[in-house]
Amino acid sequence: MANLLALFAPPNVINELLQRLSLSPETINYVVWPFIQIGAVVTAIALWALYATYMERKISAFMQARLGPMRVGPWGLLQPIADAIKLLTKEDLRPDKADPYIFFFAPFISVAAAFIVFAVMPFGPDWGVITDINIGLLFVLSVSSVGVLALILAGWSSNSKYALLGGLRSSAQMISYEVSMGLALIGALMFARTLSLSGIVQAQGLDSIWYIFYQPLGLVIFLVSGIAENNRAPFDLPEAESELVAGFHTEYSGMRWSLFFMAEYAAMIVVSAMATTLYLGGWYFPFLWRIDHAGYHSLFVLLSLVVFIAKMVVLLYIYFWLRWTFPRYRYDQLMDLGWKWMLPAALLNIALTAFAVFTVQALDGWHGLKTIESLTRGVNLTWQGKVIMVAFGIAGLFIAAAMLSAINWRSRDFNLKKQRRQVRLVSPPQGQPAVAPAPSES
Amino acid sequence: MHQIEVATTQETLYDSPEMVLNMGPQHPSTHGVLRVILKLDGETVIDLDCDIGYLHRGMEKICENRLYPQIAPYWDRLDYIAAVSNGLLWVETVEQMLALAVPPRAHYIRTVLTELNRIASHLLWLATHALDIGAFTVLLWALREREEILKIFERQFGARLTCHAWRIGGMPNDAYEGFTEDVQRFIDNFPKRLAEYETMLSENRIWLGRTVGIGVISAADAVAIGLTGPPLRGSGVAYDVRKARPYAAYADMEFDIPLGENGDTYDRYLVRLEEMRQSRRIIQQALTKMPDGPVNAKVPKIIKPPVGDYYHSIEGPKGELGCYVVSDGSSRPYRVRVRPPCLINLQALRQMCVGHLVADVVAIIGTLDIVLGEIDR
Repeated sequence: MANLLALFAPPNVINELLQRLSLSPETINYVVWPFIQIGAVVTAIALWALYATYMERKISAFMQARLGPMRVGPWGLLQPIADAIKLLTKEDLRPDKADPYIFFFAPFISVAAAFIVFAVMPFGPDWGVITDINIGLLFVLSVSSVGVLALILAGWSSNSKYALLGGLRSSAQMISYEVSMGLALIGALMFARTLSLSGIVQAQGLDSIWYIFYQPLGLVIFLVSGIAENNRAPFDLPEAESELVAGFHTEYSGMRWSLFFMAEYAAMIVVSAMATTLYLGGWYFPFLWRIDHAGYHSLFVLLSLVVFIAKMVVLLYIYFWLRWTFPRYRYDQLMDLGWKWMLPAALLNIALTAFAVFTVQALDGWHGLKTIESLTRGVNLTWQGKVIMVAFGIAGLFIAAAMLSAINWRSRDFNLKKQRRQVRLVSPPQGQPAVAPAPSES
Repeated sequence: MHQIEVATTQETLYDSPEMVLNMGPQHPSTHGVLRVILKLDGETVIDLDCDIGYLHRGMEKICENRLYPQIAPYWDRLDYIAAVSNGLLWVETVEQMLALAVPPRAHYIRTVLTELNRIASHLLWLATHALDIGAFTVLLWALREREEILKIFERQFGARLTCHAWRIGGMPNDAYEGFTEDVQRFIDNFPKRLAEYETMLSENRIWLGRTVGIGVISAADAVAIGLTGPPLRGSGVAYDVRKARPYAAYADMEFDIPLGENGDTYDRYLVRLEEMRQSRRIIQQALTKMPDGPVNAKVPKIIKPPVGDYYHSIEGPKGELGCYVVSDGSSRPYRVRVRPPCLINLQALRQMCVGHLVADVVAIIGTLDIVLGEIDR
């Protein structure tokens, strides 16, 4: 057993190897190691984005009573590789009247914005984090919103009307959903009291709870806004293939097109990772908070990585599930949803969370009720405090539903179910040309 | 073709609030080669025009140079999704010209197969309509059911799409062995599958949001334009050729005509779904009542209908499909004229679309259920 665990020794082997190359420890720590990590993560994410397409194709196939890719390799497992090779070798077309430089660089902006975010993602404890900056969350939000710039530039520079409409749609959509996405996160921050992403995960570990229980409303808003932010169905208006042909990337082909595609999948992974970090306890095993991992630390980190990825895959599955079951929203309906449902709900979530945190603090020591354990790293609550907080969280769902109904009860979209009708069945006598009866105009 | 005008006071197109968007003929959702020229303000449609004829084959002219039996396959290529119905119209027209008495068994088999074809056509409509609105899964589910029908066609006619299903005076051969069982199995399973589509769409908020109140056309307007088929019945007018002038064995069948209220896309969706259920009812009755006997009348070797003008129409899946034939007594028709339901239904497009968004144009084209093979002929 000990021999087996020794296989998971800390990566000192590489350190020693590097020291033999007579590199100073500073160089190793601040230059070589980050590069190794960056290389590993970029390769992993790119491969993962490839295989996320495979996963999506298989899942959609099973939903649609078919098999999906089956020809290349066993169960079509090599299909993504074959696709990548095909796309790499395709001709790189550029429309005659396109703006050459912007057209050239837009896919790179898009893919870079999606990939840079992974620098601060806490995939696991210890070496599972590449960099832990104390404004990690702000970094993620700001960098990932650069991605929209790529879509606007691509739509504009293509010099095609479909692409232009797609670019315009994506800008409007991203602006409206960015707001509620950012606001939804504030609730979780009130508990973690830090912007560092690994700090947020550790705060959940110290408090022994996933923030999904404190913040169910926040998670729902975050996920919906995240899907809209990623332009995924049912919010895939910028690339709505039945209306705008392919939206902002109508004129792109070959590798440039696939860069957009990769950026989309990477952005999905970012949103899933963010939701995992903020609401699903990051790398922590479900209901296991304090594990003594002395002696097999590397194994522990590896398993934590697996847990993190498993949680992300569940969220990715939700993405696919929604995409293959829902029709597409219309542009104005999407704006309605963003500004009239998501934004008020996000604001309400902030107010409710603030009130809940305030209540728990006010209750502490009141009539002998102890709700707060400590406030050193995040809000750590006793079990009474947790019960109160979870009750607030669940109540928040109902309060939000009531408030949104109050705001929207007069809008057309709210009463859609009531507008559902049945057909009228008539059986006119046969053989006589029917004359138009007075139709019921309602 | 009325001219679409763009505001020309501005220097360039980008300074103008209006934009002309050319949708088609190569576009994923124009159901073939329809070209729609849209004048947009932002994404709102101000004006719209259609350009058709990309699939023109001169079918009516070709018919003047063919013998009567030779013309039948050309009809399959009008509305290639409903080739069996189309073929039925031609043979029934010629039978009426010759005053042939077709045996009842042939009539019943024709009824079963044309109703199966109606279900197949409506399934394809559901598939593409749902795809236009973004529900991809319904597409493959609907095609799965359509496949079952096409298998029956393949066993019966030897072809799946352009079947050349009928012969003048009856059928090329009797129903194949196991036909009744196959059809029975299909219609037994079908209601479950329809219920599946309903769970995906009918109560879906997004679907309702995309279809309710979109592309409204009043009953008066629908009659004025000359709409037939589901678009007409969606507006609440109870007109169905199967009831008004029964052909084949429809006079023996009991079925209802589904009617919508508001004439919007959602109504037309419901009407078509209900029509599939009614088709199933008709098939069930026809299978139970199916008489025995020959499937062919005695037909003269050379078909020379008497001089005169003839009109016959059937209720195709898309609407009233009519055939006007002028005979000069020779073995070739003097003139054949098709009343294409899709072309006439398409005339409502402008009225339905103006004021809506680009996304709705796609939904409305889908709800009209057009087939360009029939529009262009």
